[in-house]
Amino acid sequence: MSDLVRRGFDFITQLDRIGGVNRQWITRIDNEVTDPKYGSIPWERPIDEYIKKGLIVLDKPPGPTSHEVVAWIKKMIGIEKAGHGGTLEPSPVVWGWAGRSEGYGCAASSSSQRH
Amino acid sequence: MLPVALASATKLIGLIMHSVKEYVALMEVHSEVAPEKVVETLNMFVGKIYQRPPLRSSVKRTLRVREIYDIEILEIEGRHVLFRIRCQSGTYIRKLCHDVGLLLGVEAHMRELRRTATAHLREDFNLVTLHEVSEALYLWRNYKDDTLLRKVILPAEFIVAHLPKIVIKDTAVDAIAHGAQLAVPGIVKLHEGISRGDTVAIMTLKGELVAIGKAEMSSEEMLSSDKGVAARIVRVFMEPGVYPRAWKKSKSTTAEKG
Repeated sequence: MSDLVRRGFDFITQLDRIGGVNRQWITRIDNEVTDPKYGSIPWERPIDEYIKKGLIVLDKPPGPTSHEVVAWIKKMIGIEKAGHGGTLEPSPVVWGWAGRSEGYGCAASSSSQRH
Repeated sequence: MLPVALASATKLIGLIMHSVKEYVALMEVHSEVAPEKVVETLNMFVGKIYQRPPLRSSVKRTLRVREIYDIEILEIEGRHVLFRIRCQSGTYIRKLCHDVGLLLGVEAHMRELRRTATAHLREDFNLVTLHEVSEALYLWRNYKDDTLLRKVILPAEFIVAHLPKIVIKDTAVDAIAHGAQLAVPGIVKLHEGISRGDTVAIMTLKGELVAIGKAEMSSEEMLSSDKGVAARIVRVFMEPGVYPRAWKKSKSTTAEKG
């Protein structure tokens, strides 16, 4: 196994552990390699990309609403979009995601954000 | 705890926002009741319950069924009852405390509530405060040091860590980033036990999430087949052009929703 593949797999194994996935792995193609020129191990993404593909597990202060806290985080970091995993207080806001090049946009989000 | 997905990670948060929630709640009963009675009454709420969302809520106030998976009483001191509860998303704990009070016949209300988990994301895993976020941003902006920021923020892949995974070849990545289905020959390795219709995370060999898919084959079929669609893409995470374009034929640009 190449070093990059090993480190990539270490990360995937870490995801399994946090996600509580206790499944065995089955290999279909042995010794497949990945080109270091493209993409990166998620921990090693360039910082701007690292932030944009980021998750914060926030210890929410009790006063403000989830909506307000997310608005602060967006402002602090300087990003236009952020979403949270369910409100702790009533909030009518459902966070959308921006349209993707192939049309995975509003049409998809409106149906799948709430059900 | 509140999981906050940043920028392009936002499109993944929908995958966990409707899943199991865990809270620690402090309930106050309005007059002395025997602790055994409190335990007994709270345990009656385990299973499926009817709940009408409270006045201040974001949903239509019609009676609906919510499932309570588990209630564990942590401490009872006088009129205060501290308990841990695991429940379906959309359960109002404040309402539950009120309803427990009605059954006890002494009235009760919720005094404090703390969420301890959303799906697999638990507060004992990398919980950070707003101050820590602010400090990490300060160090990065003013001293070009991103060490703390990389600890405060996690890769979005953790949002879908609970899903069974399929790891694909570099050459299969960009087609999927453009909306193509996952074909069997692109698969390098996969989790066992995937059934048709299961939601799967499609990853690169470096561990990057490419897309979320719905399995069209079981793990065994993916292993034994030479061709065919292994998973239908539900949501693409990786932007096109990160990996080289390796496919030749023109392909449909219609986005499939699973």
